[in-house]
Amino acid sequence: MSTIVLLSITGLGLGALYFLIAAGLSLIWGLMRVLNFAHGAFFTVASYAAWLAMTSLPSASPWLQWLVALVAGVVTGGVFATLAELILIRPLYRRPVGQVLVTVGLALATVALVEGFFGTDARTFALPVWLTQTSAIAGAAIPNTRLVVVIAAVAVLLLLLFFLQRTRYGLIVRAGVENRAMVSALGIDVQRAFTLVFAIGGMAAGLAGALGATYFGSIDPARGTSMLISAFIVVVIGGLGSVTGSALAAVIVGLLQQFLNFYAAAGVGDFAVVILLAVVLLVRPSGLMGGKA
Amino acid sequence: MTAEPLLDLRNLDVFLGESHVLQGVSFAVQQGGITALLGRNGVGKTTTLRGILGLVSRSGSVRLEGVELTKMPVHEIVRLGVGYVPEDRDVFSGLTVTENLKLAERPGAPLRYELVYELFPELLERAAQKAGTLSGGQQQMVALARALLNGNNRILLIDEPTKGLAPLMVSRVAEALKRAAVLTTILLVEQNLAVARHLAKDAIVLDQGRVQFCGEIDRLVGDADLARRYLGLAAAEAH
Repeated sequence: MSTIVLLSITGLGLGALYFLIAAGLSLIWGLMRVLNFAHGAFFTVASYAAWLAMTSLPSASPWLQWLVALVAGVVTGGVFATLAELILIRPLYRRPVGQVLVTVGLALATVALVEGFFGTDARTFALPVWLTQTSAIAGAAIPNTRLVVVIAAVAVLLLLLFFLQRTRYGLIVRAGVENRAMVSALGIDVQRAFTLVFAIGGMAAGLAGALGATYFGSIDPARGTSMLISAFIVVVIGGLGSVTGSALAAVIVGLLQQFLNFYAAAGVGDFAVVILLAVVLLVRPSGLMGGKA
Repeated sequence: MTAEPLLDLRNLDVFLGESHVLQGVSFAVQQGGITALLGRNGVGKTTTLRGILGLVSRSGSVRLEGVELTKMPVHEIVRLGVGYVPEDRDVFSGLTVTENLKLAERPGAPLRYELVYELFPELLERAAQKAGTLSGGQQQMVALARALLNGNNRILLIDEPTKGLAPLMVSRVAEALKRAAVLTTILLVEQNLAVARHLAKDAIVLDQGRVQFCGEIDRLVGDADLARRYLGLAAAEAH
């Protein structure tokens, strides 16, 4: 029983990280039809920004260091994404091939730059003592990092739903996911919504970068890219443009990976996720909750 | 000396892919009332409306009260006072009726909710219903309501509002347009010649991407040859 609880919460933790990346990817695709291959770069740069912020405060308390690292990750992700949208993506809105090329280029260049500055080796992410410990839940010793990541992802999900359901910009985003030309034809500057969605997506990916460092206990230049692949799968399974779909798919993918990798064999979980993706594409091509923001 | 037209198109050209859809379209719409934009299917009526609004790439000149629109983005043109009801209604199906209307609210514009709910009381009854679950006629009400809502509209571009509607609904839409025309100018694309004739005083006829007639609609319908040539036999017989 304790193993099942441990695997469940660890799976949820992994799913939480996937969700934080996938939510932004999904909204960006839904509203702007931009397949953003640079989203993993937001994660990577934010994780290094978090690490730099943490190490630049050696005399501060570990909790303050960690909180500053989280804020640095979120801010860096948001700023990086906003600049990417304004400088690289905006001139290419009607050129999808150009968008793919520029985001792939940005992702590759970012990883290379990070490797150039920090090297390819992983760097340890120091944590407050409590985060290195475990809590007993239903007889299982659950690493506290998993709990923190899950709680943070739930908070982000609630915030995103509040934004989408209760604010005017959320209304614009939901409408834009359906028909952005008609949003413009109602007198709304949809470009501004594009920038906002990119910024929100970047902030979520930035938080994922900092929380990913917390979850794994280290950072490295390639992690953003590997997380991005899983996040893309989550977005497609959940339904392009649907935040709740991404949350649901992230939970399914995280749990599937953990349970099958443990009970079957290492790697089976990852394979099963690809099979699940294929099944969803065949049976329900719009994803579990496609079309709903 | 004639007053400056409200809307003035000069040599409007639009290409859709390889197709030269509008070939130097020029016409003017005077302030007030309804002007019908007529022609057979595929002659460029919808493209003309989309070209005015900037929803398709175009060259030439489009002026609203002397202000050149062709260099402006779509949302700025709309904010100058150009309302639009597209051919396929394009309501946001995942949003409620209320949300569809809220989205159409323009900051600073006087809002005409009273008028909208007076014309279409069903929208109040179905305020919380998703627009995608409404009937075609009710969706048309939402689309028209979005355009009528803003009190600062100088002109409404309305594309085939009666298309696919039941006769009773056609009458209601026509009545709503008649009421709206008291408040603002309307450029109306309409296939139903009887409706167009009932509502509009002037007509512009397009054929093969060019303007073939500009003038009073009664003169158009009264000329059997013109009507047959540009609107089809049925129209000619209708007069």
